[in-house]
Amino acid sequence: MAADPGSGTYLYAVAAEEGQHRGGALPRGIAGGEVRAIGRAGLVAYVSSVPLDQFGEEPLRRSMEDLDWLEETARAHHRVVEAVAREVAVVPVRLVTVYSGDAQVGALLEERYEDFARALARVAGRQEWGVKVYAASGDEADEPGERRGRPAEAAASERATGGRGAEEDTAGEAGGAGKEPERPGTAYLKRRQQHIRGREEAWRQAGARAERIHGALSSIAVASRRHRAQDPQLSGRPESMLLNGAYLVDRERGEEFARAVEELREPGGDVQLTGPWAPYSFAVLDDDGGPREELT
Amino acid sequence: MTFEETRGAALAREGRLPPERVALVDLLDRLLAGGVVVSGDLVLSIADIDLVRISVRAIFMSIRESAPIRAYEPVRGYATRPDRDSYEPYEPGD
Repeated sequence: MAADPGSGTYLYAVAAEEGQHRGGALPRGIAGGEVRAIGRAGLVAYVSSVPLDQFGEEPLRRSMEDLDWLEETARAHHRVVEAVAREVAVVPVRLVTVYSGDAQVGALLEERYEDFARALARVAGRQEWGVKVYAASGDEADEPGERRGRPAEAAASERATGGRGAEEDTAGEAGGAGKEPERPGTAYLKRRQQHIRGREEAWRQAGARAERIHGALSSIAVASRRHRAQDPQLSGRPESMLLNGAYLVDRERGEEFARAVEELREPGGDVQLTGPWAPYSFAVLDDDGGPREELT
Repeated sequence: MTFEETRGAALAREGRLPPERVALVDLLDRLLAGGVVVSGDLVLSIADIDLVRISVRAIFMSIRESAPIRAYEPVRGYATRPDRDSYEPYEPGD
């Protein structure tokens, strides 16, 4: 084991050498490893050693299924990135990027110097903010006994019900000439339809509100990106998420951005601000097939 | 997570949230869909989208099957549904 074939080099983030992290000790990294800096070609990579019996391809495939492992790993990764980002401009690297050794990381810095330099220039002096917009609870199923939290399905099944209701309604009127204008069942169906239309309208308005908020915040940000909506079961909130936005904002405009979020709150739905984050959502190398087309 | 709702401006003045107070679901949005993806002499990267998908589904299933989520704890997991391969947000009003 002289060459220590049992360890790999875990890469957290890349920064520019002139802004090298000078503060106190960095926190411990993944698997308790000591975080160190590899400088090359004017760049600095923050890395730690990880045991390949845990971070080789096969072990990782199993570990990624383990939620506790994933949380521990994600939080350790985040702690290191945050500690570096507090002091210098940094390009975070995707979770669980493991190299066979320090030499490979050094080679990466040399080969991709231009790309990292451009990525660093895009995020320097800027922070990422997250904004989540939830539908107001009134936008959703509001009848007693109806399932909450899956409005997409609920709306779909409601639309189906509404469709059948409309047919029956027409048939009822055609065959009901001379009878009472509205049988109880017909009146019920009409109420149902109105209810459904009202809810669809509420959904449209909620969606439009999310678009307005995204537009207003994007105008303060230098770049924006929309993450997938978090499932209600995972966000821990019964309301549907209408917007899960990430915004890259000049550091000196952070307060202005937070104020804008406050002002965009309306009674009809919740808006949540998170951050500032290291620029995870905007860390893109030019040719990595990343989400660049989504950036605005 | 009410502190996020009420302390936005304060957070902006203070700087960052302590890492341990970040909700895991928000963190995974960024760590699994953000960060640069670099190629080269990798041992492994979960940039491999298939692996991410497998894992994300597993996360979702494990949440459903496990004990109720404790109220004080950030909710674990990542946005997905077991019946879909892609996780597009629901488009209201369509």
